[in-house]
Amino acid sequence: MSIEFDNNLPIYLQIMNYIKRQIVTGTLKSGDKILSVRELAAELQINPNTIQRTFQELEREEIVETRRGLGRYVTSEESKIMGIKKEMAGELLDRFINGMQELGFAEQDIVSIVAEAVTEVPEPDQDRGVNHRE
Amino acid sequence: MSSLLQMNDITKSYGSKHALNDVSLEIGPGKIVGLLGSNGSGKSTLMKMVSGLVQPTRGTLTVAGIPVGLKSKGLVSFMPDRPLTESWMKVRDAIVFFQDFYDDFDIAKAREMLQFMKLNESDRVNVLSKGMNERLQLTLALSRDAKLYLLDEPIGGVDPVARGKILDAIVEYYNEDSSIIISTHLVRDIERIFDEVIFIREGEIVMQEEVENIRIKYGKSVDDMFKEVYAE
Repeated sequence: MSIEFDNNLPIYLQIMNYIKRQIVTGTLKSGDKILSVRELAAELQINPNTIQRTFQELEREEIVETRRGLGRYVTSEESKIMGIKKEMAGELLDRFINGMQELGFAEQDIVSIVAEAVTEVPEPDQDRGVNHRE
Repeated sequence: MSSLLQMNDITKSYGSKHALNDVSLEIGPGKIVGLLGSNGSGKSTLMKMVSGLVQPTRGTLTVAGIPVGLKSKGLVSFMPDRPLTESWMKVRDAIVFFQDFYDDFDIAKAREMLQFMKLNESDRVNVLSKGMNERLQLTLALSRDAKLYLLDEPIGGVDPVARGKILDAIVEYYNEDSSIIISTHLVRDIERIFDEVIFIREGEIVMQEEVENIRIKYGKSVDDMFKEVYAE
Protein backbone atom coordinates (compact mmCIF):
# COMPACT_ATOMS: atom_id res chain seq x y z
CA MET A 1 0.00 0.00 0.00
CA SER A 2 1.41 3.33 -0.93
CA ILE A 3 0.11 6.72 -1.87
CA GLU A 4 1.69 9.81 -3.35
CA PHE A 5 0.54 12.79 -1.37
CA ASP A 6 0.19 16.28 -2.71
CA ASN A 7 1.18 18.53 0.18
CA ASN A 8 -0.81 21.41 -1.34
CA LEU A 9 -4.12 19.68 -0.66
CA PRO A 10 -5.67 18.65 2.66
CA ILE A 11 -4.18 15.30 3.54
CA TYR A 12 -7.35 13.92 5.13
CA LEU A 13 -9.22 14.34 1.82
CA GLN A 14 -6.48 12.50 -0.02
CA ILE A 15 -6.60 9.60 2.41
CA MET A 16 -10.41 9.52 2.17
CA ASN A 17 -10.13 9.21 -1.61
CA TYR A 18 -7.44 6.59 -1.24
CA ILE A 19 -9.65 4.44 0.98
CA LYS A 20 -12.68 4.99 -1.24
CA ARG A 21 -10.67 3.88 -4.25
CA GLN A 22 -9.60 0.76 -2.38
CA ILE A 23 -13.23 -0.02 -1.66
CA VAL A 24 -14.36 0.59 -5.23
CA THR A 25 -11.59 -1.51 -6.73
CA GLY A 26 -12.27 -4.32 -4.29
CA THR A 27 -8.93 -4.15 -2.44
CA LEU A 28 -11.07 -3.48 0.60
CA LYS A 29 -14.27 -5.48 0.52
CA SER A 30 -17.62 -4.75 2.05
CA GLY A 31 -17.49 -5.79 5.72
CA ASP A 32 -13.67 -5.86 5.85
CA LYS A 33 -11.96 -4.56 8.94
CA ILE A 34 -9.79 -1.53 8.28
CA LEU A 35 -6.49 -0.63 9.89
CA SER A 36 -6.46 1.22 13.20
CA VAL A 37 -5.52 4.89 13.38
CA ARG A 38 -2.11 3.95 14.73
CA GLU A 39 -1.43 1.34 12.06
CA LEU A 40 -2.46 3.52 9.16
CA ALA A 41 -0.59 6.53 10.60
CA ALA A 42 2.60 4.47 10.85
CA GLU A 43 2.15 2.93 7.43
CA LEU A 44 1.53 6.21 5.63
CA GLN A 45 3.77 8.27 7.94
CA ILE A 46 0.93 10.65 8.65
CA ASN A 47 -0.11 12.47 11.76
CA PRO A 48 -2.51 10.22 13.75
CA ASN A 49 -4.99 13.08 14.27
CA THR A 50 -5.22 13.48 10.49
CA ILE A 51 -6.07 9.78 10.18
CA GLN A 52 -8.62 10.19 12.96
CA ARG A 53 -10.24 13.01 11.02
CA THR A 54 -10.26 10.89 7.85
CA PHE A 55 -12.11 8.11 9.66
CA GLN A 56 -14.58 10.55 11.21
CA GLU A 57 -15.44 11.90 7.78
CA LEU A 58 -15.78 8.39 6.35
CA GLU A 59 -18.09 7.52 9.23
CA ARG A 60 -20.13 10.65 8.61
CA GLU A 61 -20.54 9.55 5.00
CA GLU A 62 -21.47 6.11 6.36
CA ILE A 63 -18.79 4.41 4.30
CA VAL A 64 -17.07 3.11 7.39
CA GLU A 65 -18.75 1.98 10.59
CA THR A 66 -17.36 1.55 14.07
CA ARG A 67 -18.29 -1.52 16.01
CA ARG A 68 -17.75 -0.83 19.64
CA GLY A 69 -14.63 -2.51 20.95
CA LEU A 70 -13.94 -4.25 17.66
CA GLY A 71 -12.70 -1.55 15.34
CA ARG A 72 -13.77 -0.01 12.09
CA TYR A 73 -15.29 -1.86 9.16
CA VAL A 74 -16.17 -1.08 5.57
CA THR A 75 -19.92 -0.65 5.29
CA SER A 76 -21.86 -3.74 4.28
CA GLU A 77 -24.45 -1.64 2.49
CA GLU A 78 -23.91 -2.09 -1.23
CA SER A 79 -25.83 1.11 -1.96
CA LYS A 80 -23.13 3.14 -0.16
CA ILE A 81 -20.43 1.53 -2.23
CA MET A 82 -22.42 2.19 -5.37
CA GLY A 83 -22.69 5.78 -4.15
CA ILE A 84 -18.89 6.10 -4.08
CA LYS A 85 -18.69 4.67 -7.58
CA LYS A 86 -21.19 7.20 -8.85
CA GLU A 87 -19.35 10.01 -7.12
CA MET A 88 -16.06 8.96 -8.69
CA ALA A 89 -17.68 8.45 -12.08
CA GLY A 90 -19.13 11.95 -11.81
CA GLU A 91 -15.69 13.43 -11.17
CA LEU A 92 -14.22 11.48 -14.06
CA LEU A 93 -16.99 12.64 -16.37
CA ASP A 94 -16.65 16.28 -15.38
CA ARG A 95 -12.97 16.20 -16.11
CA PHE A 96 -13.55 14.43 -19.42
CA ILE A 97 -16.29 16.78 -20.57
CA ASN A 98 -14.24 19.83 -19.61
CA GLY A 99 -11.31 18.45 -21.57
CA MET A 100 -13.46 17.77 -24.63
CA GLN A 101 -15.01 21.23 -24.49
CA GLU A 102 -11.56 22.75 -24.33
CA LEU A 103 -10.75 20.83 -27.49
CA GLY A 104 -13.77 22.53 -29.08
CA PHE A 105 -16.25 19.66 -29.23
CA ALA A 106 -19.94 20.47 -28.84
CA GLU A 107 -22.22 18.42 -26.58
CA GLN A 108 -23.64 16.37 -29.48
CA ASP A 109 -20.17 15.53 -30.77
CA ILE A 110 -19.02 14.42 -27.33
CA VAL A 111 -21.98 12.07 -26.97
CA SER A 112 -21.43 10.48 -30.38
CA ILE A 113 -17.67 10.17 -29.82
CA VAL A 114 -18.29 8.40 -26.53
CA ALA A 115 -20.95 6.15 -28.05
CA GLU A 116 -18.57 5.20 -30.82
CA ALA A 117 -15.70 4.55 -28.44
CA VAL A 118 -17.82 2.31 -26.23
CA THR A 119 -19.09 0.14 -29.08
CA GLU A 120 -15.60 -0.36 -30.53
CA VAL A 121 -13.52 -3.15 -29.13
CA PRO A 122 -10.93 -1.14 -27.17
CA GLU A 123 -7.38 -1.65 -28.34
CA PRO A 124 -4.70 -1.97 -25.70
CA ASP A 125 -3.11 1.35 -26.74
CA GLN A 126 -6.33 3.27 -26.28
CA ASP A 127 -6.94 1.58 -23.01
CA ARG A 128 -3.62 2.70 -21.64
CA GLY A 129 -4.20 6.23 -22.87
CA VAL A 130 -7.40 6.52 -20.92
CA ASN A 131 -5.84 5.21 -17.74
CA HIS A 132 -2.98 7.64 -17.98
CA ARG A 133 -5.29 10.58 -18.19
CA GLU A 134 -6.58 9.81 -14.69
CA MET B 1 -5.85 20.61 31.74
CA SER B 2 -6.14 22.68 28.62
CA SER B 3 -2.63 23.59 27.61
CA LEU B 4 0.58 21.64 27.92
CA LEU B 5 2.81 24.56 27.20
CA GLN B 6 2.06 28.19 27.77
CA MET B 7 4.49 31.01 27.10
CA ASN B 8 3.54 34.59 27.96
CA ASP B 9 5.50 37.56 26.60
CA ILE B 10 8.82 35.77 26.72
CA THR B 11 11.93 37.75 25.87
CA LYS B 12 15.47 36.46 26.00
CA SER B 13 18.27 38.92 25.49
CA TYR B 14 21.96 38.31 25.13
CA GLY B 15 23.32 41.82 25.65
CA SER B 16 21.49 44.00 23.17
CA LYS B 17 20.52 41.08 20.95
CA HIS B 18 17.07 39.52 21.37
CA ALA B 19 17.14 35.76 20.81
CA LEU B 20 13.41 35.70 21.56
CA ASN B 21 11.28 38.80 21.47
CA ASP B 22 7.90 38.94 23.18
CA VAL B 23 6.94 35.38 22.36
CA SER B 24 3.51 34.13 23.45
CA LEU B 25 2.14 30.76 22.47
CA GLU B 26 0.08 27.87 23.69
CA ILE B 27 0.23 24.18 22.82
CA GLY B 28 -2.49 21.70 23.73
CA PRO B 29 -2.09 18.00 24.58
CA GLY B 30 -1.93 15.27 21.94
CA LYS B 31 -0.27 17.36 19.27
CA ILE B 32 2.76 17.03 17.07
CA VAL B 33 3.94 20.56 16.48
CA GLY B 34 6.53 21.75 13.99
CA LEU B 35 8.72 24.62 15.14
CA LEU B 36 9.95 25.99 11.86
CA GLY B 37 12.59 28.60 11.25
CA SER B 38 15.93 29.14 9.59
CA ASN B 39 19.22 28.85 11.46
CA GLY B 40 19.49 31.41 14.24
CA SER B 41 15.76 32.18 14.32
CA GLY B 42 15.44 31.22 18.00
CA LYS B 43 14.23 27.59 17.75
CA SER B 44 16.92 26.13 19.97
CA THR B 45 16.72 28.96 22.50
CA LEU B 46 12.99 28.36 22.80
CA MET B 47 13.48 24.63 23.34
CA LYS B 48 16.24 25.11 25.89
CA MET B 49 14.04 27.53 27.75
CA VAL B 50 11.10 25.13 27.86
CA SER B 51 13.42 22.43 29.23
CA GLY B 52 14.64 24.85 31.90
CA LEU B 53 18.20 25.14 30.63
CA VAL B 54 17.95 28.81 29.73
CA GLN B 55 16.21 31.46 31.81
CA PRO B 56 13.97 34.03 30.16
CA THR B 57 14.96 37.67 30.59
CA ARG B 58 11.27 38.56 30.87
CA GLY B 59 7.97 36.71 30.78
CA THR B 60 6.50 33.52 32.24
CA LEU B 61 6.18 29.99 30.98
CA THR B 62 4.47 26.88 32.33
CA VAL B 63 4.42 23.22 31.37
CA ALA B 64 1.15 21.48 32.27
CA GLY B 65 0.39 24.42 34.52
CA ILE B 66 3.68 24.18 36.44
CA PRO B 67 6.16 27.09 36.17
CA VAL B 68 9.31 25.94 34.39
CA GLY B 69 11.93 25.03 36.97
CA LEU B 70 13.05 21.99 38.91
CA LYS B 71 9.55 20.53 39.15
CA SER B 72 8.79 20.85 35.46
CA LYS B 73 11.95 18.99 34.40
CA GLY B 74 10.32 15.62 34.98
CA LEU B 75 7.59 16.58 32.52
CA VAL B 76 9.87 17.52 29.66
CA SER B 77 12.06 15.22 27.59
CA PHE B 78 14.54 17.15 25.49
CA MET B 79 16.57 15.79 22.59
CA PRO B 80 19.18 18.49 21.90
CA ASP B 81 20.79 18.98 18.51
CA ARG B 82 24.05 17.59 19.93
CA PRO B 83 24.21 14.02 21.27
CA LEU B 84 23.89 13.53 25.02
CA THR B 85 25.96 10.37 24.95
CA GLU B 86 29.68 10.11 25.69
CA SER B 87 32.18 8.70 23.21
CA TRP B 88 33.22 5.78 25.46
CA MET B 89 29.65 4.48 25.65
CA LYS B 90 28.10 1.54 23.93
CA VAL B 91 24.39 1.71 23.10
CA ARG B 92 23.78 -0.40 26.21
CA ASP B 93 25.65 2.11 28.41
CA ALA B 94 23.64 4.99 27.00
CA ILE B 95 20.43 3.20 27.92
CA VAL B 96 21.67 2.47 31.46
CA PHE B 97 22.86 6.06 31.80
CA PHE B 98 19.40 7.35 30.97
CA GLN B 99 17.75 4.79 33.21
CA ASP B 100 19.92 5.95 36.12
CA PHE B 101 19.27 9.56 35.37
CA TYR B 102 15.52 9.60 34.82
CA ASP B 103 12.92 7.96 37.06
CA ASP B 104 10.42 7.88 34.22
CA PHE B 105 12.71 6.05 31.78
CA ASP B 106 10.89 3.01 30.38
CA ILE B 107 13.54 0.37 29.74
CA ALA B 108 11.11 -2.03 28.05
CA LYS B 109 10.04 0.66 25.60
CA ALA B 110 13.68 1.57 24.97
CA ARG B 111 14.56 -2.06 24.12
CA GLU B 112 11.56 -2.31 21.81
CA MET B 113 12.53 0.92 20.08
CA LEU B 114 16.15 -0.21 19.69
CA GLN B 115 14.90 -3.23 17.79
CA PHE B 116 12.61 -1.10 15.67
CA MET B 117 15.53 1.21 14.95
CA LYS B 118 17.83 -1.75 14.17
CA LEU B 119 20.33 -0.66 16.80
CA ASN B 120 22.50 -3.19 18.65
CA GLU B 121 23.13 -2.75 22.33
CA SER B 122 26.76 -3.76 21.84
CA ASP B 123 27.48 -1.08 19.22
CA ARG B 124 29.83 1.68 20.25
CA VAL B 125 28.20 5.09 20.16
CA ASN B 126 31.12 6.84 18.49
CA VAL B 127 31.17 4.51 15.49
CA LEU B 128 27.47 4.97 14.73
CA SER B 129 26.66 6.83 11.53
CA LYS B 130 24.91 10.17 11.81
CA GLY B 131 21.58 8.55 10.98
CA MET B 132 22.05 5.73 13.50
CA ASN B 133 23.09 8.21 16.14
CA GLU B 134 19.94 10.27 15.58
CA ARG B 135 17.94 7.06 15.93
CA LEU B 136 19.63 6.39 19.26
CA GLN B 137 19.08 9.91 20.55
CA LEU B 138 15.42 9.70 19.57
CA THR B 139 15.08 6.33 21.31
CA LEU B 140 16.52 7.83 24.48
CA ALA B 141 14.25 10.87 24.36
CA LEU B 142 11.01 9.04 23.54
CA SER B 143 11.58 6.27 26.10
CA ARG B 144 10.92 8.70 28.90
CA ASP B 145 7.35 8.97 30.10
CA ALA B 146 7.07 12.75 29.73
CA LYS B 147 4.29 15.19 28.94
CA LEU B 148 6.23 17.24 26.47
CA TYR B 149 8.92 16.01 24.10
CA LEU B 150 11.23 18.50 22.47
CA LEU B 151 13.17 17.22 19.49
CA ASP B 152 15.72 19.67 18.16
CA GLU B 153 16.47 18.96 14.49
CA PRO B 154 15.94 15.17 14.66
CA ILE B 155 16.29 14.78 10.89
CA GLY B 156 19.02 17.31 10.20
CA GLY B 157 21.79 15.88 8.02
CA VAL B 158 20.24 12.43 7.93
CA ASP B 159 19.75 10.37 4.75
CA PRO B 160 16.21 9.70 3.45
CA VAL B 161 16.10 6.10 4.72
CA ALA B 162 16.99 7.07 8.27
CA ARG B 163 14.67 10.04 8.00
CA GLY B 164 11.77 7.73 7.12
CA LYS B 165 12.63 5.47 10.02
CA ILE B 166 12.76 8.40 12.43
CA LEU B 167 9.36 9.69 11.26
CA ASP B 168 7.95 6.16 11.58
CA ALA B 169 9.22 5.93 15.13
CA ILE B 170 7.78 9.29 16.11
CA VAL B 171 4.33 8.36 14.83
CA GLU B 172 4.55 4.84 16.25
CA TYR B 173 5.89 5.55 19.71
CA TYR B 174 4.49 8.86 20.76
CA ASN B 175 1.92 8.80 23.49
CA GLU B 176 -1.37 10.48 22.70
CA ASP B 177 -1.71 12.41 25.97
CA SER B 178 1.61 14.12 25.46
CA SER B 179 2.77 16.55 22.82
CA ILE B 180 5.89 16.69 20.70
CA ILE B 181 7.58 19.82 19.43
CA ILE B 182 9.95 19.17 16.54
CA SER B 183 12.22 21.92 15.32
CA THR B 184 13.42 21.75 11.76
CA HIS B 185 14.13 23.75 8.65
CA LEU B 186 13.54 20.70 6.43
CA VAL B 187 9.82 21.11 6.06
CA ARG B 188 8.85 19.08 3.03
CA ASP B 189 9.78 15.64 4.32
CA ILE B 190 8.16 16.01 7.67
CA GLU B 191 5.12 18.27 7.26
CA ARG B 192 2.66 15.38 7.04
CA ILE B 193 3.25 14.32 10.62
CA PHE B 194 2.44 17.74 12.08
CA ASP B 195 -0.86 18.86 13.59
CA GLU B 196 0.23 22.44 13.66
CA VAL B 197 3.25 24.52 12.86
CA ILE B 198 4.81 27.56 14.45
CA PHE B 199 6.87 29.83 12.22
CA ILE B 200 9.59 31.68 14.07
CA ARG B 201 11.74 34.40 12.53
CA GLU B 202 14.36 36.55 14.22
CA GLY B 203 13.05 35.56 17.62
CA GLU B 204 9.42 36.37 16.88
CA ILE B 205 6.43 34.14 16.19
CA VAL B 206 5.21 34.88 12.69
CA MET B 207 2.42 32.33 12.54
CA GLN B 208 0.86 29.43 14.43
CA GLU B 209 -1.62 27.42 12.41
CA GLU B 210 -3.01 23.94 11.91
CA VAL B 211 -1.37 22.41 8.87
CA GLU B 212 -4.58 21.20 7.25
CA ASN B 213 -5.91 24.77 7.59
CA ILE B 214 -2.92 26.09 5.68
CA ARG B 215 -3.76 23.66 2.87
CA ILE B 216 -7.48 24.44 2.96
CA LYS B 217 -7.22 28.23 3.37
CA TYR B 218 -4.27 28.96 1.13
CA GLY B 219 -4.13 25.86 -1.09
CA LYS B 220 -0.46 25.62 -0.23
CA SER B 221 1.86 23.12 1.32
CA VAL B 222 3.51 24.05 4.59
CA ASP B 223 6.81 23.95 2.71
CA ASP B 224 5.62 26.59 0.22
CA MET B 225 4.21 28.69 3.04
CA PHE B 226 7.52 28.42 4.83
CA LYS B 227 9.43 29.59 1.77
CA GLU B 228 7.04 32.51 1.39
CA VAL B 229 7.36 33.59 5.01
CA TYR B 230 11.14 33.46 4.89
CA ALA B 231 11.64 34.88 1.42
CA GLU B 232 13.09 38.36 1.50
